[in-house]
Amino acid sequence: MGDERLSVRTQVLLWTAQRASAVVLAVCVVVHLVTIIYAIRNGITAAEILGRTRGSYAWAGFYALFVAAVAVHAPIGLRSVLAETLNWRGAGLDLTVLAMGLALALLGFRAVYAVFA
Amino acid sequence: MSTLSVSVWRGTESGRFQEFTVPRLASQTVLDVVTYIQRTLDPTLAYRYACRVGMCGSCAMTVNGRARWTCRTHVDNVAQGERLEIAPLRNLPVVRDLVTDMTPFFDKWAGARGRFQGGATRKDDFARVAPGSPARQLADAGIECIGCGACYSSCDVVAWNPAYLGPAALNRAWTLVNDVRDTGNRARLAAVAGDAGCHACHTHMSCSERCPKQISPTASIAGLKRATMEAALKGEI
Ligand code: SF4
Ligand code: SF4
Ligand code: FES
Repeated sequence: MGDERLSVRTQVLLWTAQRASAVVLAVCVVVHLVTIIYAIRNGITAAEILGRTRGSYAWAGFYALFVAAVAVHAPIGLRSVLAETLNWRGAGLDLTVLAMGLALALLGFRAVYAVFA
Repeated sequence: MSTLSVSVWRGTESGRFQEFTVPRLASQTVLDVVTYIQRTLDPTLAYRYACRVGMCGSCAMTVNGRARWTCRTHVDNVAQGERLEIAPLRNLPVVRDLVTDMTPFFDKWAGARGRFQGGATRKDDFARVAPGSPARQLADAGIECIGCGACYSSCDVVAWNPAYLGPAALNRAWTLVNDVRDTGNRARLAAVAGDAGCHACHTHMSCSERCPKQISPTASIAGLKRATMEAALKGEI
C-alpha cells in the first residue's frame, strides 16, 4: 500500500469531526443510560423494548444519530491509536479505518432498523 | 564530609550507568555535581552547559527520571536518599554520555515556521503593540522559552510519532501567530496543523509540568488547534 498522506486540511477536518462527534456522543450516552435505568425498573423484556421503539421516528432518529456519531468518532480515534502504537501511517491505515467506520455504520443502522420496523 | 552517590549515563544510546561518589555541598546544583565529576574524577565525561544561570537552555538532562535544567536544579530538591541518577534527555539522539544531538529538536522549530517573518521595511514606522492587548498577552505567555528541550524530552507523543513537531516548536509558532507584525501566518498554520502538528497532542501536559520557565506549551497548542481548525473550515489551509 502506498504512502499517500491525507492533505493537512483533511487531517484537521478529521480532528474537528472527531471532536464534534464526541459532543454528540456525550449527550447520546447520557440519554441512553437514563433510558436503560428507566426501562429496567420493572425488569426488561423484548416486547417492552420493541413496544417503545417500533414505529417511533423519535427513537429511530435518536439511535441513528448515535450510530452516526460512533461511526465517525471511533475510526478517527483508532487511526491515531494505530499510528502511535504500530507506527502504521498512510493510505493503508486510512482505508482500513474507513472500512471500519462503514462497517460500524452498516451494523448500527441495521440494528436501528430492526427495532423500528 | 557527607557524600552523594551519583549514577551517570556513559556511552551513546547503548551504554550503561557509571557510579561516582561526590562531596555533598550546601546549595549544590546538579550541574555542580556533573562538573565536579568531569573536573576531578573523570575528565572524559561529556556534558554541555554555557550560562549556568538558566538562560541558554543547553544544560538540560534527565535527573532521577525527569527532564530538568541542571544549572538551576538544587540537589536538595531532587536527590532521593542522597542518590542522583543523571542521564541524557529522552527523545533525542545521544552524542555521548550526557550530550544529546539537538538537531531534530531545532529542525522542528524550522518545520513549524518558528522564524519571525516581517512585512515592514526600514522606511516604515515602528509597530506599536499595546502591552495589554490580548494577542500580546498570549505571545508573552510563551515568549520566554530558552529552547532547553525539557518539554520535548518529556512528551510521549514525540516518542510515539517521530514526525510530531513537539511542544517547544508549537509553542514558538503560537507566539508568532499572536505577533501582529508577522505576515507568515497562513503558511505557519498549515505547517503546524494535522497529524504531525498540534492535532497530534494528547494534552498530557507533561511539557507544561516540566518546563523550567513555567510556560504551558499545552495551552499554546490548544490555541493552535482552534486557529488551525478555523483556517481549515474557511478553506485557508
Ligand atoms: S500536552 Fe501535548 S505536547 Fe505537551 S507533553 Fe502532552 S502531548 Fe506532548
Ligand atoms: S517550552 Fe520550556 S521546557 Fe520547552 S524548550 Fe522552552 S523553556 Fe524548555
Ligand atoms: S547552563 Fe544555561 S540554562 Fe543551564
